[in-house]
Amino acid sequence: MKRAGQWMLVVVALVALAAPWLAPNPPDRRFPGSLYAPPSTVRLFDGGPRAPFIYPQRLVSPLERRFEEDTSRPVSLRWFTDSRLVTVPEAGGGPLLLLGADSLGRDTFSRLVYSARTSLALALVSTLAALFVGALVGGAAGYAGGGIDHVLSRFTDFVLVLPAIYVALALRAAMPLVLPAATVFLVLTAIFALLGWPVVARGVRAIVASEREREYVVAGRALGATPWRLLGRHLLPATAGYLAAQATLLLPAFIMAEATLSYVGLGFPDTVPTWGTMLQDAANVSLLVDAPWMLAPAAAIFIVVLAVNLVVQGTGRTPVQLEP
Amino acid sequence: MLAQRLIFALLLVFVVSSAALLLARLAPGDVTAQLGPFASASEISGIRARFDLDRSPAGQWLVWLTRVVRFDFGDSFLYNRPVRGLVVRAAANTAVLAVAALALATLLGIPLGVVSGSRHSAGAALIRAVSLVCLSVPPLLTSLLLVFIAASTRWFPTGGMTSVDAIGLRSFAWLADVAAHLPLPALALALPVAATFERLQAQSMTEALHQPFTVAAMARGLSPRDVIVRHAWPVSLRPICGVYGLAIGALLSGSFVVEFVTAWPGLGRLMYEALRARDIYLVAGCAAMGGLFLAVGSVIGDLLLAAADPRVREGQAT
Repeated sequence: MKRAGQWMLVVVALVALAAPWLAPNPPDRRFPGSLYAPPSTVRLFDGGPRAPFIYPQRLVSPLERRFEEDTSRPVSLRWFTDSRLVTVPEAGGGPLLLLGADSLGRDTFSRLVYSARTSLALALVSTLAALFVGALVGGAAGYAGGGIDHVLSRFTDFVLVLPAIYVALALRAAMPLVLPAATVFLVLTAIFALLGWPVVARGVRAIVASEREREYVVAGRALGATPWRLLGRHLLPATAGYLAAQATLLLPAFIMAEATLSYVGLGFPDTVPTWGTMLQDAANVSLLVDAPWMLAPAAAIFIVVLAVNLVVQGTGRTPVQLEP
Repeated sequence: MLAQRLIFALLLVFVVSSAALLLARLAPGDVTAQLGPFASASEISGIRARFDLDRSPAGQWLVWLTRVVRFDFGDSFLYNRPVRGLVVRAAANTAVLAVAALALATLLGIPLGVVSGSRHSAGAALIRAVSLVCLSVPPLLTSLLLVFIAASTRWFPTGGMTSVDAIGLRSFAWLADVAAHLPLPALALALPVAATFERLQAQSMTEALHQPFTVAAMARGLSPRDVIVRHAWPVSLRPICGVYGLAIGALLSGSFVVEFVTAWPGLGRLMYEALRARDIYLVAGCAAMGGLFLAVGSVIGDLLLAAADPRVREGQAT
């Protein structure tokens, strides 16, 4: 179980890294004739030219958005050309749409693998930021004790009660609604870290406060180690297991938070492929029934969250979903 | 204890709504952007005066506070009517959704958790697998998926709280109409929470079954069923009661996205509209109501914890 989850995460990370090579088409390329085009069926037999091959899709009825395959012109897939794993040139019967096309005629599969980069990078950076700030503040509070300690635990209790998505929503809505993608990335990282660090800090504080009385720390202090050295070399490493556990909670929460914010139009702009912006196309119910591949980003999110939960379950902890 | 909780609740509502008011006020742009580019200067200044935007942020906050103590939450620009009525109605809709979801989650999660925590059968393994899957499908995904299923099969209406023609219905028919619209968003909201309950219940059930008192009960010759239902289960409820307060908060969070996807006219949607339009008093009103929800949720959680654990009741809490 745990092993399976870890392998799934590795595969997703590799897919994100290799996105430009795996994607058959550029993620922002619009194919005018392919709005809501269904996935291309990759055929192996049927006596085509060189298998595997596809039949080019032709829009038969723009009103019904009905596509037909042109069976008279089979086109072979091209492997390892244009520094892509597999593609079909547009001129030669393409595009190759492995998961169909979206409302603007863009390749869903290509957007999906590129989205993994933005969505995962944002969640990862936000998690690291929350862990870093939380470990620093919690470590300092646990070591120093006293007033900071008291203020910190009150503050954490307060943050824990707040529904995170509303706070994220309010903070994001308080900024200009249209921002460039890089700024959105920074803004969301800051918001997520702001929501995540107090919980981390509380746990780290508790561990550091109990560890600092142990013999090895006392010995270190007696040998003349400075507080920062004690914290950095001895106390914070003791929290590594706790931090790893927190990361498995924060990472899925941040992926979901990005998806939610982008879905309601307060995250990334539509031009940036993320799992949240892609899901916007699923908002139209009547179109969704005819184009279920619009739910592909939902499947991607599911796979990542499931992988993390498998790892959590495998380490003997209980996965919960109480802080979306 | 109770007085302390009440003070905390009041403080929560006060801090959350004040913060929301100031945040909406300090954000760039204001509600007059809604008037469009052709609004005259006098129109704009009229609206600014009506919503106290001509005062300083602190001044506006004080004016708002003096009105709030008389339960006057100001007017909404978007709806052009008092905020109080709007927020109360939206909160009632959200409460219907949240209570239905909580009931569903409890009725599904706890019995399944008792079963999967007390047995080693194929059924228990299946329950565990299903709930692990449900845990990995947050409300955004469950609601999208259920809407998709509803739209393809036409088993349920896909959105809204009532049908388009529900205005003319009499009270009973209207209730039936709402009841037809409720299952989809309630299920979407309940599934992850139900899975959480199932996992926690299963874990604490397993732990309770390994404690000396259950072994002793077994040794006295009680049937396994009696041991589970009458001895182990009440003890194992403690962690569940501990997260009930959190679960209510999670339902409130989840309800935002579920309301958004299924067009349920609740507090989350209202808050979103208000935030986007910088409808400042509506933002503050929604935040106050949200704070009240959270306070009520944490009080209910505490009461449940006290009911399940005598140590908390006697004030020697851990």
